[in-house]
Amino acid sequence: MSLYQLSKLLYELNRDDTLKTRFRADPRDIVSGYTLSEEEREAILRPDIGLLYVLGVNGQILMHFAALCGIEWSDYLQRMRDGVKQHGPVRAGIYAMTTSVDEKISGA
Amino acid sequence: MSLVFSGVCSHAPGITGRAARAPADQKDALYAVFDDMRARLHAARPDAVIVIAAEHFANFFMNNMPAYALGMSESYEGPIEDPEWLAIPKRKARGDLSLSQRLISEVQQTVDVAFCEEWRFDHGIMVPLHFLDPHNELIVIPANINCQGPPLTPLHRAWAFGEALRRAADAVPERIALVGTGGISHWPATPDSGRINEAWDRDFLDRWSRGDKDAMLAYTDTETYAEGGQGGFEIRTFIAAAAAAGGKGTVHHYQPIPIFAVGCTIGTLEIV
Repeated sequence: MSLYQLSKLLYELNRDDTLKTRFRADPRDIVSGYTLSEEEREAILRPDIGLLYVLGVNGQILMHFAALCGIEWSDYLQRMRDGVKQHGPVRAGIYAMTTSVDEKISGA
Repeated sequence: MSLVFSGVCSHAPGITGRAARAPADQKDALYAVFDDMRARLHAARPDAVIVIAAEHFANFFMNNMPAYALGMSESYEGPIEDPEWLAIPKRKARGDLSLSQRLISEVQQTVDVAFCEEWRFDHGIMVPLHFLDPHNELIVIPANINCQGPPLTPLHRAWAFGEALRRAADAVPERIALVGTGGISHWPATPDSGRINEAWDRDFLDRWSRGDKDAMLAYTDTETYAEGGQGGFEIRTFIAAAAAAGGKGTVHHYQPIPIFAVGCTIGTLEIV
């Protein structure tokens, strides 16, 4: 578990347009520069937004990675709910889910 | 010369980015009060506005996280987010290097603030500026309180930071305005986005309006997390704005708008 490294990758990706371009061209190359578990690496490469959420990535970074992947807002929220359904509760961080997986509080 | 304005507002990215998805009457009412806040701010004829934000990993990360930071540059760019996602075009905001240096020197008398010659604005500053400075006229001095990466600075230190900003504003010849931006209760960017604890928000705003320092500083982060979510940690920006002003607050608007993920709030404070 290397949530710090996983989060740092997304933080750097979100704020660096050059890195975004390189990530689009060869994501495996970018990901190899960070010390990640196999599960974390695959979650980025798929990308599996729900699993990234369960692994504990801060939503303020994750929502921009989702937008970068072309995932719109309602879909982003649903993928996190689906992630908790599939992988269980959020394992770390301060962005744990407090509602049930079938609630849609904002209507989205 | 002195602090000439202190106010607070929400900064949720949905306010602009998901504007079309909110009930039109609620969105229009919020936007109208933002217009009113802009009029109040500009009527104070500020030479510069300090925006106390709670940024979201645009500049600061857990590799080197300052509890408090102030910008020290001639200009700042934003938003760091996709302008289409936020529905706010990119701009270069004017800073004032000399003013920053003088403010920081005075703040440092009591608060070990980090200074930043680079700072890119995220929605936490861009949403307020979009409404309060639509023509990009103001000189902006960004300030930040870490509300994202625990361990977080204690509330009494956020109060001390506000007091230090006030002392600094009063020590320079320029007319200084201050805007604190943050949410009260909210669970942004989680599946709970849209959850808002209105009772907890109104209780906080009551303490804030009364200028009741002890009541504002009485929260523990455990309580705040349980009742106000991780977004509730941003009450630090409202507390700092209150400390800077020293007087009572007036809440001009409070309306939970779930698609915006926050109880949308606008208030101003009496400068005492």
